[in-house]
Amino acid sequence: MEKYWNESMECATHEEMRALQSFRLSQTVRRVYQNVKPYREKMDKMGITPDDIKSIDDLKKLPFTMKQDLRDNYPYGLFAVPMEKVVRLHASSGTTGKQIVVGYTENDLDVWSECCARALTAAGATKHDFMHVSYGYGLFTGGFGVHNGAEKVGMTVIPVSTGNTNRQINIIKDFGSTFLCCTPSYALYLAETMEEMGITKDDIKLRGGLFGAEPWTEEMRQEIQNKLGLKAMDIYGLTEVIGPGVAFECSEQNGMHINEDHFIVETIDPDTGEVLPEGTQGEIVFTCITKEAFPVIRYRTRDIGILKREKCSCGRNLVKMMKPKGRSDDMLIIRGVNVFPSQVESVLLQLGNTAPYYQLIVDRQNNSDTLEIQVEISPEMFSDTVKSLEDQEKLIKSAIESTLGIAAKIRLVEPKTIPRAEGKAVRVVDKRKLKGDENK
Amino acid sequence: MIIIKQISVFIENKPGRLKAMTKILKDNDIDILAISIADTKDFGILRLIVNDPEKASKALKDAECTVKMTDVLAIQLEDRPGGLAKVMDTLFDNSISVEYMYAFFSKQDGQAAVILRVDDNDKAADAMENAGIKLITSESIKKM
Ligand SMILES: [Zn+2]
Repeated sequence: MEKYWNESMECATHEEMRALQSFRLSQTVRRVYQNVKPYREKMDKMGITPDDIKSIDDLKKLPFTMKQDLRDNYPYGLFAVPMEKVVRLHASSGTTGKQIVVGYTENDLDVWSECCARALTAAGATKHDFMHVSYGYGLFTGGFGVHNGAEKVGMTVIPVSTGNTNRQINIIKDFGSTFLCCTPSYALYLAETMEEMGITKDDIKLRGGLFGAEPWTEEMRQEIQNKLGLKAMDIYGLTEVIGPGVAFECSEQNGMHINEDHFIVETIDPDTGEVLPEGTQGEIVFTCITKEAFPVIRYRTRDIGILKREKCSCGRNLVKMMKPKGRSDDMLIIRGVNVFPSQVESVLLQLGNTAPYYQLIVDRQNNSDTLEIQVEISPEMFSDTVKSLEDQEKLIKSAIESTLGIAAKIRLVEPKTIPRAEGKAVRVVDKRKLKGDENK
Repeated sequence: MIIIKQISVFIENKPGRLKAMTKILKDNDIDILAISIADTKDFGILRLIVNDPEKASKALKDAECTVKMTDVLAIQLEDRPGGLAKVMDTLFDNSISVEYMYAFFSKQDGQAAVILRVDDNDKAADAMENAGIKLITSESIKKM
């Protein structure tokens, strides 16, 4: 039977939820208008006052918040409470430009643990479980977010953080970890290392896991489940909104329920900013309605997804976000075609005998984009004849071309030569960027 | 044993890879008896006959190489013109197809041999025997 952490919220009717959201939204907008100058200035410019925001239907009147707004107001410009109320800071890594700093009051941390507790309970975790957290602890929100949620559930938390994979596996084995939390690519790396150490899934007690912080595919889920012997759930979140726990999967493993009593979600057309009806693919936008220190209003995530408001077999009424097809940031445009690295992964996993380690190398030659996909050779696909390897390359090439709709050069490479950080895998090298934008 | 264990290793066409692999073998006291490389623009397959295939395979795998063991035949070539032609004729007459072959020279008495990778080892071995062509066993190849 499905277990809930907070049944009254998770199973509230749509009408109840809308009433609560409307109330919380108007309160939040009023507070943000009073306390945060950049939000006030934007609203003034558009001629909107907090009195104009009476219900969730008025949300579309508010201006969007972009990642650039967060950078422009670095570090504390968008905080809505005085610093003495802020008990924690986190930051998202600034791969391009300045990093982003977010703050939490004591109440915010409580909201965050609540969200993660719901996710863990939906994954089947109870106070009898041992939670192995391999997300990084530090400024990154992953480790602490799940950690606090797991403690709230009453699980025995093992805060391992990242690094030293062999030691991690020994801990999973010796401490009897039953739940695992890390990035999906690290979960596969753990499974691979376990194999090398001669440890099978029967030697460990893992039965559930929450994986997030990077897009992954259904095939990858199957592989993680098979190799580690656990039920793999997706968990979604962004530092700018709160961290992991914004949305989570239930037993159905088909779409993530959004914690709507804390975050209002919209999908918009990324080009026009127009709100799209639920069920239409678009850019996901969040508004925080319970956070005190750092409540973002209509924050554009750059994530692409679809909202589905249908009766879920788990009994929850929270709207579901269908797996983002990819971050719009991750999307590559090659010869005018949209390409997501996860599509390549999907193809490789479907072919079966390739390792899911690959890298897309995009370049521009003679004013035309080129795509090379490097694939690590696996013992299963290796053969002593050149013809057989060339046949494998051809097979991958035609499968990739029919999925992506563009031609790609396939290049087999030696194992362990594609960089795999112990966190996120390096999937794309876009050399066009290194050459500057003069061709665009 | 007339079947010889050959080790194949996947090798990228990058500087230093071949050297790195032969160094692994040297560090593990593996004696290379025969070597051949089949290559394309991007990758190659290094094929080796060594004195201790099991040990060599393990050493290469430990170094993250992709390794495969394949059964091949070693055929002694008669020391007169047409020796190789006789081998090829025998294979052809028995409809045995050759995937690849490479030469093998004994360090001791200057005898020549070829390593043969065919689609059917048993059939090839029988055919050679019937034609009076000598096969080198896995025991004696180490002494060559
Ligand atoms: Zn559900």
